[in-house]
Amino acid sequence: MQALYAQLLVGLINGSFYALLSLGLAVIFGMLNIINFAHGALYMMGAFCAYFLLNIAGIGYWPALIIAPIAVGIFGMILERTMLQWLAGLDHLYGLLLTFGLALIIQGVFQNYFGSSGLPYAIPSELQGGMNLGFMFLPIYRGWVVVFSLVVCLATWFLIEKTRLGANLRAATENPTLVRAFGINVPRMITLTYGLGVGLAALAGVLSAPINQVRPLMGADLIIVVFAVVVIGGMGSIMGSIITGFALGVIEGLTKYFYPEASNTVVFVLMVLVLLLKPAGLTGRAA
Amino acid sequence: MKHRISALFLGTALALAAGGGAMAQDKTVKVGVLTDNSGLYSDLGGAGSTLAAQMAMEDSGLAAKGWKIDIVSADHQNKPDIATTIARQWIDVEKVDIFMDVLNSGVALAVNNLVKEKNAVMINTGAATSDLTNAQCSPNTIHWVYDTYMLANSTGQALVKAGGDTWYFLTADYAFGHALERDTTAVVVKSGGKVIGGVKHPLNSSDFSSFLLQAQASKAKIIGMANAGGDTTNTIKQASEFGIVAGGQKLAGLLLFITDVHSLGLKVAQGLNFTETFYWDLNDGTRAFSKRFSERMKNKAMPSMVQAGVYSGLVHYFKTLDAMGGNPHDGVKVVAKMKEAPTDDPLFGKGTIRADGRKIHPAYLFEVKKPSESKGPWDYYKLIGTTPGDQAFRPLSESACPLVKK
Repeated sequence: MQALYAQLLVGLINGSFYALLSLGLAVIFGMLNIINFAHGALYMMGAFCAYFLLNIAGIGYWPALIIAPIAVGIFGMILERTMLQWLAGLDHLYGLLLTFGLALIIQGVFQNYFGSSGLPYAIPSELQGGMNLGFMFLPIYRGWVVVFSLVVCLATWFLIEKTRLGANLRAATENPTLVRAFGINVPRMITLTYGLGVGLAALAGVLSAPINQVRPLMGADLIIVVFAVVVIGGMGSIMGSIITGFALGVIEGLTKYFYPEASNTVVFVLMVLVLLLKPAGLTGRAA
Repeated sequence: MKHRISALFLGTALALAAGGGAMAQDKTVKVGVLTDNSGLYSDLGGAGSTLAAQMAMEDSGLAAKGWKIDIVSADHQNKPDIATTIARQWIDVEKVDIFMDVLNSGVALAVNNLVKEKNAVMINTGAATSDLTNAQCSPNTIHWVYDTYMLANSTGQALVKAGGDTWYFLTADYAFGHALERDTTAVVVKSGGKVIGGVKHPLNSSDFSSFLLQAQASKAKIIGMANAGGDTTNTIKQASEFGIVAGGQKLAGLLLFITDVHSLGLKVAQGLNFTETFYWDLNDGTRAFSKRFSERMKNKAMPSMVQAGVYSGLVHYFKTLDAMGGNPHDGVKVVAKMKEAPTDDPLFGKGTIRADGRKIHPAYLFEVKKPSESKGPWDYYKLIGTTPGDQAFRPLSESACPLVKK
């Protein structure tokens, strides 16, 4: 029984990453209608950004938590301005192919310079060590990841669903022409939203740097699972992707305990089931 | 005039046709480096293996003797189906004579069959499974650098002797992990230890916390990592996070490469014991080669034992071809000649190749230095034990290889 609690908690930790990443994807898909396959590469850039900040500029983890998402977010906004915006209104496939190509290029460039084994990034000294919860030894850093990503997820949800800015944004996706008529700069808003989604990916990258090796392929390994999370949660649904992210982390954790061999397929089995029973995803509206 | 030109053409064409037909033995060689160029093993093989092949070609001096050597390289993406498709194309269309590296045991076993069927040559320097020279042995294959039997024998025995008599395995769920777990289990049991459990994880996992918690709960003294590359580095890093070593359990890296240690950093990797057959800082010969190698690597990395093996294997292959006076393009014949002659190169020293295709050389047990002991980048290992070549690998008396006469 104790082991089970431990696995649940570990699942929740992995779920935090799924949630943060799928949230960014959901924001981008919901607001821009772009299937952002470059998300994994941008997540990886976040982690590398933290690594560079530490090893070149001597800037530690805490500032990196803010600087890296902004830096990578700006990079994302440049991508949106120079490339993605021209695809607005075209079939989803174009956006998917463009972002997939970008992901391959970004990963290729990093791999060319840094190889595949990755680089070390230490846990910040404030969060080192762990505490004994009785049923498991919880590294403090992992606890921090869960709490922090939960806060960020809820804040993003609040921003989009409950504030005036979010209302404008949602209106702009429904009917851009009308919203423009109210004097709102819709293209700028779209760019900022893409930047926000990308920033969330980079933030997840910084959070994961001390846990995983900082590797060029760290995003490629994760992105497929995250897409499954988004599909299960319902494309474009903010709350849906947050909840599904955490839930799938837990389910995956339990699989690692009961039948570890299937731990990297269980998410896809679930995706198939959900698509068969509820094609729009658990919380999505039918198109 | 017109008449004379056409006669000239006819003559040239005839000469070319005749030359083509008589090419049973010629002085051309095509080397194919089949490796992981983009995935989790690409640092320990990958571009470095191709560079090592290049250096072997340059150092062989064969070009000056009129030989024409080509090197091609491809990415098998750790998928046996992709690997066999490439290998088939290489042999049938591009006329590749010899396969080098071929890391990943699943890939190696698949390519091994094809190479035998098509009578090419494989010098495997990257895959670990000891089956390549046991039940699956082939007259076309030489297993050069290391294998699971040797790793288990050296690291496993040393750890049991040091008091680690209960084991729990974290195993990569494919041919390599299974072979390494099987061979290590045999050694642990033989040395008086006990295996109390294990978990199989999918290849290329990024999160090991669930598996580590299970290993922690098992209370085994040794957690044997029967995985490699990125899987091993992530396991080690996360084990330190979960306080596994601090809690008194010891991690056994059954297969670690210098690139893994470099990637982990000494702070996390210090104190680990594991076995390799090559380290850049062993002697003057290894140092000289590694310096030249590292200068030509994009990230200035020192060679891994897999990459060093590519160089060493090709040196012996080229020597054999040179002695034969030409390339007969007959895998069995070339490999048989290679087995006859003793090997000698600056990286692995003097050695031999056994009837079952096993290359014999010493195995070194290393310990990773503390950060304070290291003089700089890549100064990572302390040598703590050497197993002579004749004891390091599976004895022929235990071999299930049909090539071994009993």
